Amino acid sequence: MRILLENFTKRFGSLTVIDKMNLEVKDGEMLALLGPSGCGKSTTLFAVCGIHRVSGGRILFGDRDVTRIPPQGRNVGVVFQSFALYPHMTVGQNIAFPLEIKKLPKAEIEKRVVEMAELVHIGNLQERRPSELSGGQQQRVALARALVRKPDVLLLDEPLANLDAKLRLEMRSEVRRIQLETGITAILVTHDQVEAMSMCDRIAIMNEGEIIQVDTPVDMYDSPRTEFVAGFLGNPPLTYLRGTRTENGFALANSDLRIPLNRMGNLPAPGSPLSLGIRPENYGPRGDVIIAGRVSFIESQGREMLYDVTLSEGSVLRSIQPVNRDVSLGDKVAWSVVVERILVFGAEGERL
Amino acid sequence: MTQNFRTWPIALVLGLLSAPIVLMYLYLFLDTVTNSAAGSLIPNEFTLEHWEFLWKTPPGRANIWKVALNTLIFATSTSLVVLTISSMSGYALSRLNVPFRRSLLAGALVLHAFPSVTLLIAIFLVLQMVGLYNTLIGVILVKAALELPFGIWIMKGFYDSVPWEIEMAGIQDGASRFTVWRRLVLPQVRPALLALGLFSFLAGWSEFILPQVLTPGNEVQVLSVYLAGLIADDNNFDMALFKAVGVFYVIPVMILFIFFQKHLMNIFGGGSKG
Repeated sequence: MRILLENFTKRFGSLTVIDKMNLEVKDGEMLALLGPSGCGKSTTLFAVCGIHRVSGGRILFGDRDVTRIPPQGRNVGVVFQSFALYPHMTVGQNIAFPLEIKKLPKAEIEKRVVEMAELVHIGNLQERRPSELSGGQQQRVALARALVRKPDVLLLDEPLANLDAKLRLEMRSEVRRIQLETGITAILVTHDQVEAMSMCDRIAIMNEGEIIQVDTPVDMYDSPRTEFVAGFLGNPPLTYLRGTRTENGFALANSDLRIPLNRMGNLPAPGSPLSLGIRPENYGPRGDVIIAGRVSFIESQGREMLYDVTLSEGSVLRSIQPVNRDVSLGDKVAWSVVVERILVFGAEGERL
Repeated sequence: MTQNFRTWPIALVLGLLSAPIVLMYLYLFLDTVTNSAAGSLIPNEFTLEHWEFLWKTPPGRANIWKVALNTLIFATSTSLVVLTISSMSGYALSRLNVPFRRSLLAGALVLHAFPSVTLLIAIFLVLQMVGLYNTLIGVILVKAALELPFGIWIMKGFYDSVPWEIEMAGIQDGASRFTVWRRLVLPQVRPALLALGLFSFLAGWSEFILPQVLTPGNEVQVLSVYLAGLIADDNNFDMALFKAVGVFYVIPVMILFIFFQKHLMNIFGGGSKG
């Protein structure tokens, strides 16, 4: 079911956390609310599920206005960061609880609990208590409990944050599989760009209570709207060269390095400040414009190596390459940048 | 297990230090089933005559079984009232947006520290006015009211440690706030309920001054008052009888402690945040 936030505003006392936010989550879509901690993403989620009262604007599920409806009446499934399983109940009782509240007949409850347990692959654990489960299994139970009521909307609040690295990888695809199999509209709140990019159809990136950009992961990565978005997506993050616009390109500050730029049309007048964002994969042995420097840091990531190259005037560029044993710390390198892929930002951090 | 110091010297010192109280308890029991010659500590005959009060009611005194039953009713009802009210108000003070929450909590604490004896005359007058003087209900209500501040604080401390997410999850699952409390939160504080129930039962069982003043009648007498009546009886003061009734009075407490000491310890496990 489509979720629509219209001019959604949230105030805590006199502090306005979110001001007139607009967001649409399409039917059957999984959308990530991505942003640093304190950006308002969890606040938004809690407003959608009804735990927080809305200070202004409307929230619609489909065509139904749920702004003033209490959480019990919204038919929303939520998976909390801590899973919030009921410790005194068995797995089966946990999953059955929402149905018991609905006062469904016993046989129906049993049938749906079994179905759900099958879907999330915990069919054999029904008699266990939450404390006897691993983190991944608890996560599956939480998902089953959230989905058993056949909610209109599924909300996931940092669902993978409490899992260890290996499980996180596994559950990432599991959560996505279950979402696709049920075809439910879902919102995932996360601060981890990898989760957002790998699990979701679209990402809404937030900062300081504002949505900066809503886009598919690929489009957002390729054409971020601001420096903030560019810096948030991609690991390792991109690095910047700061300088000014010249007649036919860019001049690095305090240096004689000049980089010709392709699309000059929408750049400000010569002399205005510019920043070039360069992703590590676009700086290396193959490129168009040579930027020489000295290797100041090397990090091995197994399959790839990460190099920091310090230019003569002090800027640092990052490069990620297949393992190359010829380069060692302190070496002078003359690698080059792919001009086509450079991201150009203006003085305010806006993309040009 | 290897020990890095010998234990027997410590056991010896502790044994010597606690000998007086162990001996007192031993003689408390021994004297109820034996007779000894005057001035001697060694009992010379076994007898059950001191326990006669169990099957013979002397004229002018209350029936011991009636008194025991009164005590049981008094302690159990006090405990139930305290449990019911503290489990609800503790939750409200911990989780709900109650107006004057802080002042209520501070007030409860002051009441807890308030010596109840100073209220005695006022309570006496109030009970007489509302017609509950010399009734068990009256003294139960008073005792429960005086135990409540402690109970509320203890319960609030335990509720504070129950994660919020459990309640949020329950509400999302469609349950009302009351159902969430009863089916999801209450089971999390079960140890606290058990401990608080036992504590207030024991407090009721051992209460003396309130029943002494508020329920002096033979029909509504409790064991502590019965026991005090024995000391006050100057005409035929019977030390052995006093001890026997004392043992009778303390046995249920001992049994409770043996069975529930683990749960009683729990009450100190729940932190209380302000």
